[in-house]
Amino acid sequence: MPKIKLPKGNPSLDMTPMVDLAFLLVTFFMLTASVRMTEPVIVDTPDSHSDKLLPENVILLSVDKRGKAFFNISNAEVRVKTLERMGKEYNMTFTPAEIKAFGKMTSFGVPMKQLKQFIAMSEKEKEKFNSPGVPLDSLDNQLSNWIRYGHIQERTLAKQAQDKAKSLGREFKDTPLRFAIKADAQANFLNVRDVIKVLTDNDIYVFNLITNLEKGDDVK
Amino acid sequence: MAEVNTGDGGGHGKHDKKRAKKSSTRIDMTPMVDLAFLLLTFFVLTSTFSKSKVMEIPFPKDPKDLKVQQKVNNAITFLLTKDNKIFYYNGAFYLPGNKEGKPETTITEKDFSAKGIHELLLDRNKPTIDAIKKLEEQYKNKTIVADTFKVRALREQGRKAVPEKGIPAALTVLIKTDDQAVYKNVVDLIDEVKVCNIGIYAIVDMMPSEKKLIDEKVK
Repeated sequence: MPKIKLPKGNPSLDMTPMVDLAFLLVTFFMLTASVRMTEPVIVDTPDSHSDKLLPENVILLSVDKRGKAFFNISNAEVRVKTLERMGKEYNMTFTPAEIKAFGKMTSFGVPMKQLKQFIAMSEKEKEKFNSPGVPLDSLDNQLSNWIRYGHIQERTLAKQAQDKAKSLGREFKDTPLRFAIKADAQANFLNVRDVIKVLTDNDIYVFNLITNLEKGDDVK
Repeated sequence: MAEVNTGDGGGHGKHDKKRAKKSSTRIDMTPMVDLAFLLLTFFVLTSTFSKSKVMEIPFPKDPKDLKVQQKVNNAITFLLTKDNKIFYYNGAFYLPGNKEGKPETTITEKDFSAKGIHELLLDRNKPTIDAIKKLEEQYKNKTIVADTFKVRALREQGRKAVPEKGIPAALTVLIKTDDQAVYKNVVDLIDEVKVCNIGIYAIVDMMPSEKKLIDEKVK
């Protein structure tokens, strides 16, 4: 019987393709991962069994523990446009630097009067800042204006993108704008109701509530 | 495993005298690979977990429509108040000494445990759940093809808002909160409603008479 010849060479593997792949994936995930900015508000969302993911294109309304309302638009371009429109509405002019800074911001919970001051703050100051919330009472319903102009600006930009794509002969996939409410589990529902009312007053009847996926399997 | 730099990989005896050239030109890549995979794992995990979950809730355009419906339909009303307390009553609301001669509405306390509202809702929504089970069975036996059978069952039940002969009306859940209810409880309740496959539910304002009943219970 012939002996089985064991290969005498180096048992090491060429790892280069694997490393290439690993770095490719690292690069991909690094680029796709959105940098999470520090939110000026800590919101501890309640649990639910829903496993639906948050839509991409969203106007986010947060309600913190104290019941203060915060506003954010996921699309930075829309956010900037909305700020310009709001500035016009409230007779305020924003410097290009302020607009740029606003484009990088996340949620804010200040009235228009304090917005300039809030934009100028550093991240650390924002964290410590006690946000008074975006006013939403019937006398000065700024939240309603933010939502309305945000909605209009988003649609205009989407229309522009669509027209551009059409003129170039490309297909355009519209990601519809959704509305999401991120409220703290311990917030009074009355405050959440107020925010919902602002939405329904703007003829928005379907929206998402942000929740954590509930652990455990007690319910089947 | 990664290659280990033994130090003599490049030298082949010929250049024994020139020691500088003896060292290998290969670099040990192990630490770099370790780091690459560490980063990869980090980004994979953070990118999938940072996405928030959402639940969708439709709001009635005009709550008045629901108030009319509530009288005709198989409805259950939940009243939420402070200290995570939850009460419910069935059907329409009747004040003591009402014109219809119906007994006055009393409210019953429940809790958010599995034995509480979950069991109650499952029990009350049995027709729909049975309908879904039947459709699931049909789907398994390939008598129906659509995988949206759950939606179909809910729609079919929802359409029967006015009870037909022998078919009970779809269960409607009304959620009412007072000024001290906490958001978490509302979400928990909506979650329960969704888990129990209830198609029609709405958050509406609490009537003063209902508030009075709660105040009597909670002191």
